[in-house]
Amino acid sequence: MATDTLGAWRSDGAARWLFIWPAVVLILALSLFPLVASVALSVSKLVFNPGSVDLDFIGFFNYQELLFGREKSHFLGVLKSPTAIGWAILIGTIALAAIAWVRAARSGRVSPVGLALRLVGGIVLAGFVWLLVQTLASEGGRPGSLVVTLIFVFGGILLQLTLGLGLAMLAVQLVPWRRFFRILFLIPLTITPVGVGYMFLMMTDTSKGPFEPLWVALGLRNFTWVTDPWLARLAVIIGDTWQWTPFVFIVLLAALESLDQEVREAALVDGASRWQSFRHITMPALLPVTTTIVLIRIIEGFKIIDMPNILLGGGPGTATQSMTLQAYIDWNTLNLGRSAAIAYLLLILVSVVATVYVSFVRRRVTELA
Amino acid sequence: MSRYRMVAAAIIPILVLTACNSSASPSPSSPAASTPAASTSASAPAAAASQGTKFKGANVNILTFNGPQVAEPLQRRAPDWAKLTGGHVNVVAVGFQTIYDKALLDASTGTNSFDGYVFDPQWMGDFVTPGYLLDLTDREKNDPQLNQQDIVPFFRDYNSVYNGKNYTIPLDGDFHMVYYRSDLLTKDGLKPPATWDDYLTIAQKYNGKDLNGDGQPDYGSCIAKKKGAQSYWWIISVAAGLLQGKGTSDGAFFDTSNMNPLFGKNDAMTLALQTYAKTATFGPPDELNMDVGGSRGLFTTGRCALTMDWGDIGTLTPGTYAQDKTGATITPGWKQVLDRASGKLVPCDATTCPDAVDGVNYAPFGSFGGWSGAINAKAPKANQDAAYDFLSYMSAPAQSGIDVTLGKTGFNPYRTSHFTNTAPWLAAGLSQAATDNYLGAIKTSLDNKNFVLDLRIPQTKQYEQDVLDTAIAQYLAKELDEAGTEQAIADGWNAITDQAGKDKQLAAYVASLGIKK
Repeated sequence: MATDTLGAWRSDGAARWLFIWPAVVLILALSLFPLVASVALSVSKLVFNPGSVDLDFIGFFNYQELLFGREKSHFLGVLKSPTAIGWAILIGTIALAAIAWVRAARSGRVSPVGLALRLVGGIVLAGFVWLLVQTLASEGGRPGSLVVTLIFVFGGILLQLTLGLGLAMLAVQLVPWRRFFRILFLIPLTITPVGVGYMFLMMTDTSKGPFEPLWVALGLRNFTWVTDPWLARLAVIIGDTWQWTPFVFIVLLAALESLDQEVREAALVDGASRWQSFRHITMPALLPVTTTIVLIRIIEGFKIIDMPNILLGGGPGTATQSMTLQAYIDWNTLNLGRSAAIAYLLLILVSVVATVYVSFVRRRVTELA
Repeated sequence: MSRYRMVAAAIIPILVLTACNSSASPSPSSPAASTPAASTSASAPAAAASQGTKFKGANVNILTFNGPQVAEPLQRRAPDWAKLTGGHVNVVAVGFQTIYDKALLDASTGTNSFDGYVFDPQWMGDFVTPGYLLDLTDREKNDPQLNQQDIVPFFRDYNSVYNGKNYTIPLDGDFHMVYYRSDLLTKDGLKPPATWDDYLTIAQKYNGKDLNGDGQPDYGSCIAKKKGAQSYWWIISVAAGLLQGKGTSDGAFFDTSNMNPLFGKNDAMTLALQTYAKTATFGPPDELNMDVGGSRGLFTTGRCALTMDWGDIGTLTPGTYAQDKTGATITPGWKQVLDRASGKLVPCDATTCPDAVDGVNYAPFGSFGGWSGAINAKAPKANQDAAYDFLSYMSAPAQSGIDVTLGKTGFNPYRTSHFTNTAPWLAAGLSQAATDNYLGAIKTSLDNKNFVLDLRIPQTKQYEQDVLDTAIAQYLAKELDEAGTEQAIADGWNAITDQAGKDKQLAAYVASLGIKK
């Protein structure tokens, strides 16, 4: 009998109960509870009552305030009628989305549900472009934290990909000190983002920073990165790029080193130029890993806070205030409900962008490769 | 079977090690457990007991700022207090932004792991209303060690008081003053700025000139205007003299009769905003991104003719270029004041500005209010007594008289004895002339009956650090004009007031000003 009991305990079923379920319950509790709790927080406000501090239910007021109310100018931005270029961009986007949808419908390969989802995706895309042109391509418009976040994410990723690929292409060559440079390029990735923020804070300080003599020698005594909104955003993107390019570099370097050199050599023997070899052999081979890098950076990039906060405090004005920074400021000033609402809107935004990217871009690129 | 043995063999040492670690770790109730690196213990109670036994066995946890200022004097003096009383103090030091959240969470969840706090008295509104702070009125009144009558009236009767009761023990006297290069002004026969117009005139005169002999042009004015830092406090100082004319209880933030924001649409606010923006034209190019560390660095290296700061500049100048070249003066005022009924500016006279000096309405601003000690109302009685005694010991003239002269403490003068006993100031490196000038400016400010009390009502952080800071940053960055800024502040403040309950907020504001209705 005792042997049977021991046998039962040793069975796979017992192992599942003993080892898997506790882990599953723990993970669910740790990930689901904060999700549910933050939903509850996003529909409530903090109230100081005699004898207690309470959370009162206020419905969707926090969301309404961000999207349509008093905080709209900070979250979405100041929306003005687009310029001619803005209209052209909007109309062009809608036209392209419509053509793509019609082609999908005519192909007969997409199910009705797929078509409906594509229609929703097209409308969301047009909405985003409408927001972008109203804030960026208009007279008197100003981007809010949502658009600023998009600028940081996509501007940063573009620079990081370009630089990371360039560095990887250099490091894969048989150049002297190759190993040294590989390690050197990796260093920024090992520094905490707060440290990077403070380092760039010092470097961009033109009145007393370490580069002050350089600015003075170049006749840029009164130049500053931090009073012009676009220069300030550029400073944030440069800092973020400095930190994250090594990540792109190391992954692309690994991908480059795993490429079959014989194919490239055969192409060169057959008369292909270096550019043709890169364009038609190296790039397609790198595309799958590149799309994965972009996906990871999109998800990570939307959470940007250290650099704009430490470097500029979200300023000048609200020029570098990302969504996460706005949520942080709200949390810090005890507007817990609005902070949670921003966090949820960010979650939705990241989910939409990542889903669209995976569904429409990554799959096709991988197929192409 | 061997697989299970291996797993067991791996698990058993881990469990044993964990058990050993657990027994060596502080108990979960000890806040030191959460921030061991930041916590400093006083000498062991057993060792202390040989000299003092008043609080023998008491183990007091005090939450404060990790500075290193503020925590430094508490940590330095905790062993001395332990020797005197046999008590034991854990100073749990955390980041500035964390103190409030940690204290509120600890009290509101009933954890009560902290017996006392050294924090911002602005937060009293949020802590007193739910009943988290101990009423210290009688203790302070009857405490010979504290010597309450030595504390200057503003900090004793306003800053540490909420709704007529004392809830905090002052450890620091914080308010704004203007600092100027006394060598330059003396050489040119100029007087320190009495009004904000004077300030702009002097700033313009020296802007672009070499002020420290390094051959490089320097700046007329350096004021930290970074968003998310101290910018919103300076605009209050600029506006204060236009908004408050009839003494501290008049209030500078809201109309005490109807809770209408004074920082809304009116001529006073327009003039204050324009003046604040003009100071930036005589400052460093990156002033919009400069916090107080930056402005202090520029002033002490001789690169600015004027700056606005708390009392810290006075104790930071010894050993720098600005030593014995620095003068301090009361924050400049205005010759006009807001008529709250019409929203227009009216000249200062005996009715509109009864405390004006030479027709100038000064309104020195007690921004932040100064680090203050408070006691957790739910802490065990023995710990409350010990925590109170430690904070009282810290504030006592013998200790605070030294601490306020040291730049590393972050504490500024707040007692009469701090002004009458100049020996510690001279010992700290200030010359007699610099000491007299510095203490004179502080005393002039503190003696002013129109001293402005910082906002101390529930949701203060939202009013100031969110709405006001954002609107001012947008104005300085030219995202908003004067009208738009005033509208944004008024709308934001009204929204917070309405959400929290207008009557409740008005009652809290009136209570914070010590008004009895």
